[in-house]
Amino acid sequence: MSLSLSMPAPAVMPAPGDAPPALRHLLGIRGLTRSQAEALLAEARSWKAARAGRLQALSRRPLAGRRIVTVFYEPSTRTMTSFHVAAAALGAEAVDLPVSRSSVQKGERLDDTLETLESLGADAVVLRHPQTGAAHYAARHLSIPVINGGDGTGEHPTQALTDALTILERRGRVAGLKVAILGDIRHSRVARSNALLLELLGAEVWLSGPAAALPPAGAFGGARVTLNRDEALEGADVVMALRVQRERQARGLLPPPGAYRSRWGLDARDLERCSPDVVLLHPGPVNRDVEVDGRLLEDPRCAVLQQVANGVAVRMAVLHTLLGQGGGRSWSTCSSAAGW
Amino acid sequence: MEHLLIRGGLVIDPSQDLEDVLDVRIRGGRVAELGRDLDPGGAQVVDAAGLWVTPGLVDAHVHLRVPGETHKEDLASGGAAAAAGGFTTVVCMPNTRPPLDDVIRVEWLRWKAQEQSPVRVHVAAALSRGLEGTELTAFAELKAAGAVAVTDDGRPVADAGLMRRALVEAAAVDLPVLVHAEEPALSGGAMHEGAVSAAAGMPGIPAAAEAVMVARDLLLAEALGARVHILHVSARQTVDLIRWAKDRGIRVTAEVTPHHLLLTDEDVAASGFDGDWKMNPPLRSEDDRQALMEALADGTVDIIATDHAPHHRDDKDLPFPEAAFGVVGLETAVAVVLDAMVPGVLSPRRFVEALSTGPAQVLGLEAGSLRPGMPADVTLIDPNREWIIDPARFRSRSRNTPFAGRRVRGRVVRTLVGGRTVFCLEDGPAAPRAAERLARAAAAGRAGR
Repeated sequence: MSLSLSMPAPAVMPAPGDAPPALRHLLGIRGLTRSQAEALLAEARSWKAARAGRLQALSRRPLAGRRIVTVFYEPSTRTMTSFHVAAAALGAEAVDLPVSRSSVQKGERLDDTLETLESLGADAVVLRHPQTGAAHYAARHLSIPVINGGDGTGEHPTQALTDALTILERRGRVAGLKVAILGDIRHSRVARSNALLLELLGAEVWLSGPAAALPPAGAFGGARVTLNRDEALEGADVVMALRVQRERQARGLLPPPGAYRSRWGLDARDLERCSPDVVLLHPGPVNRDVEVDGRLLEDPRCAVLQQVANGVAVRMAVLHTLLGQGGGRSWSTCSSAAGW
Repeated sequence: MEHLLIRGGLVIDPSQDLEDVLDVRIRGGRVAELGRDLDPGGAQVVDAAGLWVTPGLVDAHVHLRVPGETHKEDLASGGAAAAAGGFTTVVCMPNTRPPLDDVIRVEWLRWKAQEQSPVRVHVAAALSRGLEGTELTAFAELKAAGAVAVTDDGRPVADAGLMRRALVEAAAVDLPVLVHAEEPALSGGAMHEGAVSAAAGMPGIPAAAEAVMVARDLLLAEALGARVHILHVSARQTVDLIRWAKDRGIRVTAEVTPHHLLLTDEDVAASGFDGDWKMNPPLRSEDDRQALMEALADGTVDIIATDHAPHHRDDKDLPFPEAAFGVVGLETAVAVVLDAMVPGVLSPRRFVEALSTGPAQVLGLEAGSLRPGMPADVTLIDPNREWIIDPARFRSRSRNTPFAGRRVRGRVVRTLVGGRTVFCLEDGPAAPRAAERLARAAAAGRAGR
């Protein structure tokens, strides 16, 4: 025994504790570890509790003096607003760059726009952009944290975290659940991020939709791909209907609304195939009576508004993780920058 | 009269079935004789011990951006890049601004290149007026003006009827037609359509976009007895079609680029979707890459061409779908192919054939041979010299290469055009510290992304 006690220290020290490696940006679920994802969800739950109980954690305004800029090249209701609400709840200031009234309209390049915002003193940027990979591109150009608010047909990680939190609240766990995602999977950043995250957390993910809208097997992690919607719904614990993009219907890439509804639209009868306590999710905005029967939105199994509420808690967790505890850069070191 | 003796190198010349240690005597800009232990007799002696001595390399596919985009490349910079890469002859594509679609422009470019470029520049003229794909250019007149081929490279000839007429006209004047095969109705993406693009949500370009048009043009060529050369083959399906066509006796030749031979769509993802990994046709799957290597080794694909496509940083440093297509290749081709494929996949002789004798034959150029009497275009290659690719040291005006920071073995050390040295690698290691840093950064970047 004495021998082993006198052994020299190992040359390579183990990492302290099991703390996940620090996140610099949130560009997608791809690249996130399970422990990082779980830490974000745990933090989101505590921020939600803190808001409900008006706890001291919030009165300390942990991100006071920090500035977050949202830069949205595509329209948004939920994502942008919830980032602004989340920032305010943490004591940070959120500013939106009104893209349609900015120098973008004069042809300014994305990198020049983003670097300008960094020079103006932004501490983090939330970017939504129609080009896949735009968030990764932004991260290469900026030294401040970049949060992907949706990039083309790439990823939408904060939406997936929001949905995972909703499932956790409704069902108490994600691991072992059967999740069916229905619709234009291939071109959906919501589907991609959700499939990757829910599988990372141990769920069994099924993807179903029109043939042209399905990815090749293996493209979305280990998710199962089927043309048979009922097979995906059978015993499902979670059903997620994706928004039909009308512009894609107009180009003939998806069935027209009537045909889509009859073949892929969800109604109360469809949910009977699922587990009795199934959770119905939709990332919004909903095309009522196309992908989801309007009456289902009032059904207690539908968690659409809970999703929206959870969006704020998740975005608080993301902002606090990236900017709190010395993350990002401190505003005080840049206080001489131009005022806003 | 100049008199040069390249002494003691391993002469590799497929045109003469030669692979032997020989001296090469050059007089008056032409090869005078080859032999063992030749008497210098007052010649300036170039010691080539340990080096390969090959016929000057020929790049059948480059974009020199003249006229119209000289901020990306010009005849002097592109020519210097070619010389540094061991190429003594290049064939430039007509998709300039304006395009090289008439006699005056072709003559102008050849005249200007003679003045400004250290290497020989030939012109592939536009197949259709303005590259618009509707009206043929004047093939006979273009040939008389010096054009060595016709092509709308950069764009496909979408109209099968126009391609059919082009094959008839080109056969009549014996000009090769260079095919950029890309069915527009199937194209429009940013990278190879496959597991990697689907996983990332990147818009894809399926392999079939290339193969269906190759199939079309092979069938047209067969029916007409015409000749086609397939540019930048990227997919296994295309290779299979070409193999089938050659078996049937269809007059087809084909080229492959170094980047398609070495890289795949996985590398695009590993780069973090960096614009320097974007080109058209796109880097395809590992299976496609294997097919390309086999096809080059067995001669189904005849030659290597770089598709040297210089772009300004502003056109490349964009979100991946918005970045311009194309990478530079003149200064890296010899090293990356030699390092990765010789002798494992290609014999040294096949390597020289693919980069010199072959392209000269495909385009009917007086090049690709060290037979006495031929122009003294010679490339000296050190097959063992290791170096690190550093775009900051390129002669090209552009730096858009996926090979930055790559450690390679094999380097061009001297290039002669008409007996005149147009490139000579300065002695000593090339800024080793900066290059090492670059290599480390590249390795770290690939690991981290």
